[in-house]
Amino acid sequence: MSTEVEVTLRVDGTPHRLTVDVRTTLLDALRERLGNTSAKKGCDHGQCGACTVLLNGRRVNSCLALAVAHDGAEIVTAAGLALDGELHPMQRAFIRHDAFQCGYCTPGQIVSAVAMLAEAEAGWPSAVTMGEPAGVGSGGGDGPTVGTVTDDEVRERMSGNLCRCAAYANIVPAIQEVARR
Amino acid sequence: MRTFRYERSSSVSGAVALLAEAPHGAFLGGGTNLVDLMKLGVAQPDLLVDVRRLVSDRVEELPGGGVRIGAGTPNSECAAHPLVRQRYPMVSQALLSGASGQLRNLATTAGNLLQRTRCPYFQDITTACNKREPGTGCSAIEGHHRDLAILGTSPECVATHPSDLAVALAALDATVRTHGPGGERVISMTELHRLPGPEPQRDTVLQHGELITAIDLPPAPFATRSHFRKVRDRASYAFALVAVAAAIDLADGVVRDVRIALGGVAHKPWRAYRAEELLRGGPADEERFRQAAEAELADARPMPGNAFKVPLARNTLVATLLDLAGGPR
Repeated sequence: MSTEVEVTLRVDGTPHRLTVDVRTTLLDALRERLGNTSAKKGCDHGQCGACTVLLNGRRVNSCLALAVAHDGAEIVTAAGLALDGELHPMQRAFIRHDAFQCGYCTPGQIVSAVAMLAEAEAGWPSAVTMGEPAGVGSGGGDGPTVGTVTDDEVRERMSGNLCRCAAYANIVPAIQEVARR
Repeated sequence: MRTFRYERSSSVSGAVALLAEAPHGAFLGGGTNLVDLMKLGVAQPDLLVDVRRLVSDRVEELPGGGVRIGAGTPNSECAAHPLVRQRYPMVSQALLSGASGQLRNLATTAGNLLQRTRCPYFQDITTACNKREPGTGCSAIEGHHRDLAILGTSPECVATHPSDLAVALAALDATVRTHGPGGERVISMTELHRLPGPEPQRDTVLQHGELITAIDLPPAPFATRSHFRKVRDRASYAFALVAVAAAIDLADGVVRDVRIALGGVAHKPWRAYRAEELLRGGPADEERFRQAAEAELADARPMPGNAFKVPLARNTLVATLLDLAGGPR
């Protein structure tokens, strides 16, 4: 049985054509085949968020996505957020707020945070904004207003990114600094 | 992970035909549960038919006030869609109370309904599990079963269904449209999932090769007054210990109509018909809500480690109904 497949992936702006075993996840394709170790392998079961990347603009767990199923995809890792050697504002905010200790979850946290603010800005609700019982005609909860994402909102929307050093207390203000801009 | 053949088809019937010829094959949607189960060795398909880009990924209005959710719609987009948020708030709430932002972007609507139980023994291939390997026994009954079922269990299996979305959809009498080897059919959400009985390996009534193509939400004007309440060990990103999906139609303090389903308590979304029956036409007050909840849970058969779920389910149901009754009239 042929289990090798050819896929094209655009990673941090650079196109790659590679042959992978069908079982290869996007995370393993990035790390083991393309030498891009920005996304980290934490749990490898979609529970920790260390492997978070942007897949066609949306944050996903790259450890659960098979490369073969995402042939032609555009992927952005935390490394790809820094354009022309300039750190992304979220990366600078994480440094300024000391929003990490060991740093292993940090690339996933940063990609997730960037995408999360974009989701909030697009008006996507969260369990916090939709949390109250809806009365007739309330519209079932409104999306957040830009720049007013509360700390509870940030915690809820970032709940898929675990930090075992528990740097959460600094991650929330780092994200809030970028959200307020 | 065992290797497999990967196929796509240009048509739904083509995808169905591919799988019909492969008794150990599976459809691949977002893969958030299936790929994980393949890594764990729990699922070992020899063929994956990728249907993620084959079925509709749109939410659209149906004539008469209903809404159709394409089976491939990501959970995040379904939750954010104005038609879903405005007409069926508890569907959005259910989706948003499950998984994480990353998983909701990858996971599809149909895949959400077809995810497997998170019973720790089902996911651990070194243990006995009738759902994973029929006839080997149930490790949970004598083992760790704190998260597992209190209603509709069998001596073979006490697993719970993990989907929050399925609970809200069962309460709303949604229907599931499928395309299988025998053609198309429509299945009621309350009939899609099964109780374990002697065949816990079968989560649903779907046949091998039967593909969910869409979920239809019927018109339900009073569902604008609905709520999904989930109780869990963490504030976010955890499966339900108990969940309640409820919609209520009130007039002058009287319950004109009501829809209730419970999650985290059974092998399927537990539609609370008995409670609904008791509530209809009665006063919208705490005493009646409590009577209805107790009637619904009268047949609960908890195990030593999950007996707390009976009062938890009762109290969560009462609290949800009180919240809804106290909302704007």
